[in-house]
Amino acid sequence: MSQPLTATGFMGLDSGLSQGMSLVWTMPVASATASISETPDQRRAAWMAAAQAGDRRAYEKLLADSVALIRAAARRQGVAHDHLDDVVQETLITVHRVRHTYDPARSYDAWITAIANRRAIDALRSRGRRDSRELHDEFALDSHPDVDDASAATESGQRAQRLREAIAELPPGQREAVEQLGLRERSLSEAAELTGRNTGALKVNLHRALKALRERFHGES
Amino acid sequence: MENPETMSDLRSHEALIDRLGTDLVPVRRLLPPWLRTVGWMLVVAAIAAVLLMHYGAEPMLRRWAGTPDLGWAGMGAVITAVTAAWAAFALGVPGRRAAWAWLPLPGALLWIGASGLGCLRTWIAPGTQVASMHQSADCLIFIISFSIPLSALLIVLLRRACPLRPMLTAVLIGLASAAASASLLEICHSFDAAATDLLTHALAVAVVVAVNAAMGGRLLSKA
Repeated sequence: MSQPLTATGFMGLDSGLSQGMSLVWTMPVASATASISETPDQRRAAWMAAAQAGDRRAYEKLLADSVALIRAAARRQGVAHDHLDDVVQETLITVHRVRHTYDPARSYDAWITAIANRRAIDALRSRGRRDSRELHDEFALDSHPDVDDASAATESGQRAQRLREAIAELPPGQREAVEQLGLRERSLSEAAELTGRNTGALKVNLHRALKALRERFHGES
Repeated sequence: MENPETMSDLRSHEALIDRLGTDLVPVRRLLPPWLRTVGWMLVVAAIAAVLLMHYGAEPMLRRWAGTPDLGWAGMGAVITAVTAAWAAFALGVPGRRAAWAWLPLPGALLWIGASGLGCLRTWIAPGTQVASMHQSADCLIFIISFSIPLSALLIVLLRRACPLRPMLTAVLIGLASAAASASLLEICHSFDAAATDLLTHALAVAVVVAVNAAMGGRLLSKA
């Protein structure tokens, strides 16, 4: 619970200094690496400084430590509980790409919160767009109810179950492509960054996976 | 709370963190915004030096001695260019406050106010040379053609940063480059600020700012 307070404290400091526009950048870096009575924010700042120099252990500790901060920021922006983890992943990827923009003399919490806020707003916007599209489907469902709701539900449940099993049986590369691109609706570049594969390989894997699934289900029916 | 989905998400965070850790290479830290502003202003200063060598400082100084408000307007334009570029670079760093966007306001007020005064004076004291539409078109072309490379340079520099507010940053880029071009124009400008001239300036600045705002969302949205 002390984390948001720390972040605000630092942002207040930031505003005070930037309004006076004096000596903001001459704050000694050593203050971020002091080990006695350091705040969590200072500890994270020191980790990030080490990560910028290539320290993998510090980096992984920092990112694991940041998940809670990102979730808190996303929740404050109004992201629903079951989408928080998407925002966490997007934010971690952005952090990785722009880690050189962090200045260890300043608050790490303020830095990552700004990025998390941005990603949360992006998530809310794309969610909003998707919801407005799906409104029509809801309307269609209401006005054309299924003749036999119960059995249709069972059948579609069984179909979903069969599909899940079929996806689980795919080779790992193809399964990854379907999960990232098909089910989680990530873009090619995001999926590439997440899986560490190049976009070409992902496309080929998705194509093969869809072909395999299609053949399997056409064979069954 | 700890349903299977959350657990699998936690695992996928761990997997992602592990992957990002594997990717980790040392990075060169971004220079502080004021130093990056200095870098950009050095380019503007180099252009100014070339123009001064070609035209000489004398006509400009003579004009300023005759009509001090033109000097103030020029100074306002220079201040606007510096502060707008500084604000743009500051907004390129996550966690800096959006209030930075107000930094160019005083300079811009001086620039616009002093130019407006120059315009008023033409009515009060007629007889000063008034720019014709043709000459004003030259100003327009000058400002826009200098703004394009200066904006492009700022965009390239800012793409290395992380502008989380691409639109606001783009407006500041436009303002910085338009103000810098207007300052450069002072060196080789042979006219007094008249109504047509002022309108042309305003139009040129608006075009530069608007084009940046329209394109900035796309050019800067990498972050």
